[in-house]
Amino acid sequence: MSEFVQYLVSGLAVGCSFALLASGLVTIHRVTRVVNFAQGMFAVVAGLTAGSLLSAGLPHGLAEAVAVLTAGAAGLLVGVAAVGRRGTSPQSALIVTLGIGFLAYAVEIVIWGEDPRSFPGLGGAVEIAGAHLQKQYFLVIGAAALAFAALGLFFTRTLLGKALGACASNPYAARAVGIDVTRMGLVAFTLGGVLGGVAGVLVTPLQSLSYNSDVLLITNGFAAAILGGLTRLGPALAGGLALGVAESMVAGYYEASYQSVVALALMLAVMVWRASQHTALQEEASL
Amino acid sequence: MTSSTRDSAAPPGAPGAPAAAVVAVDDVVVRHGTATAVDRVTLTVAPGEAVALVGPNGAGKTSLVNTIMGLIRPAAGRVAVRGRAALVPEGRQMFPDLDVEDNLRLGAWPLRSRGAAARDTSRVYEVLPDLAGIRRRKAGTLSGGEQQMVAFGRALMADPDVLVIDELSLGLAPLITAALADHLRELNAVRGLALLLIEQNARLALELCTRAYVLESGRVRAEGPSARLAESAEVAAAYLGGPAEPPPAAGGAEGDGA
Repeated sequence: MSEFVQYLVSGLAVGCSFALLASGLVTIHRVTRVVNFAQGMFAVVAGLTAGSLLSAGLPHGLAEAVAVLTAGAAGLLVGVAAVGRRGTSPQSALIVTLGIGFLAYAVEIVIWGEDPRSFPGLGGAVEIAGAHLQKQYFLVIGAAALAFAALGLFFTRTLLGKALGACASNPYAARAVGIDVTRMGLVAFTLGGVLGGVAGVLVTPLQSLSYNSDVLLITNGFAAAILGGLTRLGPALAGGLALGVAESMVAGYYEASYQSVVALALMLAVMVWRASQHTALQEEASL
Repeated sequence: MTSSTRDSAAPPGAPGAPAAAVVAVDDVVVRHGTATAVDRVTLTVAPGEAVALVGPNGAGKTSLVNTIMGLIRPAAGRVAVRGRAALVPEGRQMFPDLDVEDNLRLGAWPLRSRGAAARDTSRVYEVLPDLAGIRRRKAGTLSGGEQQMVAFGRALMADPDVLVIDELSLGLAPLITAALADHLRELNAVRGLALLLIEQNARLALELCTRAYVLESGRVRAEGPSARLAESAEVAAAYLGGPAEPPPAAGGAEGDGA
């Protein structure tokens, strides 16, 4: 029983970080229709930056905040490269984000080296049902809940959020009513960078990050986001949590090396299913 | 072709000073790659005036509209819009997953610095009362006529000085077109809103507007008061929609007589 609770809560926490990563993918895709393959990089940059700032003596809170803003700036830069020129197709922009993701490896290795790094998060633990649970787990879960609630309200309740969504749903109409679609794309990338950064600073104390940890993060984040068609937040959250828990159970009861297979299998299953659902629709809409 | 004050239909709104054109297109050239879509077009709309731009498919009407709206840059020439122009775009161009209310509110995007009063949609529901009943419906689920009404309302939300309508009747039943035309007449006559109506159905456009331009292959072929153009042979040719392909509007023009 205590084992199960242990795996469940740690799985939920890791799942929340996947969900946060997915939320960044969804935010960017919702506005620009671009699948941002540099999303995992934002988390890595934020996690490693926070670690460096903490070891330089900055207090907790401030270091993480600066790291998240750094990730936001990285998001803006990726946005400028990917969608800064009007008329760049989402497909071309996707390739640009993939290229930047690899370019970032070089920069990260120069700054932080190749070895995985971590930093202590929220210290201490609590006992629930005999399970020894780090407080950091609950911090991650709480922060993710807050971020998703805020993001959901932002997109559905504010005019800016609706204008952002309008850019992707009908770019011509958006421009016709005077919305600067390019600038909105940059706003989305910046927001995506911030969300990726939040995921990064929360997850680093749980599992150390190195320059190429983005692959694991983007695989899981993408698997979660694809559940909601890369546009809906609710399914992305559910997907992230399901993945986190499933992987934690697999790693706990069977073999840790199988856990990323879970994400890949889920992603494949969802994509095959969605493809079969969408073929007919797309033929009609000829998009 | 001089700009501004020709054939000025007395603007009810603007007092005093000589009525400077609300839209002034001066010798504009628009190219898409190597193709010339608009070739040295000069056109004006005075405050409060209703001007039609007619011509067959592919005449360059939409390119000209996009230039006036600042959505594409002309290769040569100048475009000046005094005040604000708002567009009712071709094909309605809804935000399909937002409801009618939100579609309208986004129409006020250029006024967002003016605060909540600018986003008050009740003034649109006053002018287009049919929209009030469907304000919570998703725009993507509406009929073509309802969507066109939303497109009108959304443009009105920008509190424009000139309303640019790119294809009023396209894809709409004649009865619905007639109802929308009545709304346009009222906006023009009662509220002094200037109109630039782009329309394949030349008969409808000439009936609705006091002055018109006939565009063909990117050039202005004829211009003048609607009544005079309606009788000219050149415009009769435009009714038929040009030699290349008979556009659906030709059928609509006949249907309107009923």
